[in-house]
Amino acid sequence: MSKWDISSIDDWKSEDFPRGAMIPEAGNSADYVTGGWRSERPWRDESKCTQCLICWIYCPDSSVVLNDGKVVSFDLDHCKGCGICAHECPSDAISMALEGCELPEVK
Amino acid sequence: MAEQKIVATTGNSLVAEAFRQCAPDVVPAYPITPQTTIVEEFAKFVAQGRVHTEYVTVESEHSAMSAAVGASAAGARVMTATSSQGLAYMWEELHIAAGLRLPIVMANANRALAAPINIHCDHSDIMGARDTGWIIYFAETAQEAYDNTLMAIRVAENPQVMLPVMTTLDGFITTHSIDRAQLMDDETVKAFVGEYHPENALLDTDHPVSHGNFAGLGGTYFEFKQAERTAIDRSLGVIKSVGAEWSAVSGRPFDVVEGWGMEDAEIAIVVIGSTAGNVRHIARELRAQGVKAGVLKIRVFRPFPFVDIAEALKGVKAVAVLDRAESFGAEGGPLFLEVRSALYDCTTRPAMVNYIYGLGGADVKLELIRRVYSDLADIAGGVAEPSGLVYLGTR
Repeated sequence: MSKWDISSIDDWKSEDFPRGAMIPEAGNSADYVTGGWRSERPWRDESKCTQCLICWIYCPDSSVVLNDGKVVSFDLDHCKGCGICAHECPSDAISMALEGCELPEVK
Repeated sequence: MAEQKIVATTGNSLVAEAFRQCAPDVVPAYPITPQTTIVEEFAKFVAQGRVHTEYVTVESEHSAMSAAVGASAAGARVMTATSSQGLAYMWEELHIAAGLRLPIVMANANRALAAPINIHCDHSDIMGARDTGWIIYFAETAQEAYDNTLMAIRVAENPQVMLPVMTTLDGFITTHSIDRAQLMDDETVKAFVGEYHPENALLDTDHPVSHGNFAGLGGTYFEFKQAERTAIDRSLGVIKSVGAEWSAVSGRPFDVVEGWGMEDAEIAIVVIGSTAGNVRHIARELRAQGVKAGVLKIRVFRPFPFVDIAEALKGVKAVAVLDRAESFGAEGGPLFLEVRSALYDCTTRPAMVNYIYGLGGADVKLELIRRVYSDLADIAGGVAEPSGLVYLGTR
């Protein structure tokens, strides 16, 4: 079965949507960008990070990106800026910065 | 036309019987006067094993409609019943049922809303729920309450519609009075209503779906509401064709508006529910005296049959609309406003008057109806001007 294509959802008319506010397939939550209403974004000081992965465990949106078992970045398409990662980080390596400011460190 | 059994019973008994014949998978219900005997009798059918329904005794009407929404989304055929404060208590779930496009069928025993506390008939409850997206039928008699319920399930589950339907009957007048009615056999009803095959059931684990998702923040709420409006507009045709089909089976005529003496009527009364009988009685009396009196009974209130109403009333000189509900601060009762709006585009428009009557079960005496027709005759004859809103029969 082909995947439900929502790429042009912004152009859909009322008759193009499935009846009754329904999502007609499972396992597609990654396709929805949920980071759009974030007001703060996390950034990580690599020098303080001990790679304990506490942030990865706590993130409710699975937005802490790992590579080879190490934290490398945040998935900002899905991070909603809740700040749990920063709050839980035992070595104060993560802090929250206002969305929209210049942060070259954020990958 | 199928063979039928003539019974003497109440409107509520017949609705319970209609529920049983539709064989719903789930009935979540909470008792409230004067609806109670519907779910009570239905519970008895379940206990006797005459119908294999999951009967859920919930702790409130709010829960009853929530359970109905859940069960219907899961893929079940769901029916329930309520009245008055119970219907008001269901208010938010009524919107959800319609918004999720769930074909739930619910009977409502029309009853006044507090305060002051009153258990008797008027249409304040149902008129409060008129904009929730439900299709709404009104019954004049126990027979109509029965027929409407069977038609409702077909309309609700029609793929072109997929909306919840309320079939209403007047509290105590139609719900509790013993009436003569014709009861269809189970097999014929079964063949008429058919089986329900849900399209996107939550319990269909092979095709997982998600219902009732978030559509705010610049989302798609507006488009979904537009789709709902398209569906309820489209339902009018389905209601008529299902009605024609049931007419062929039962031998009883059905239309969304039913006229009596309307062909050449000069004065007419528009009415919904049980009062139609009284109105027809007086109209018949007036006809015998040579007065061209007509009656227009509205049997389906949502979608509002604007065109049918305009067509029936456009040649009449003076029309009275009887409202059994208030719309406080508005320019008349809810039925009046819509009937008058239906006539706005006609080239010839009748003079119109609005009467609020029978609130909280106040008696609708024949004398009062006679007075309305006499007012109309004065207006049609140019002896009197149409007045503003009239409270009919208050002390």
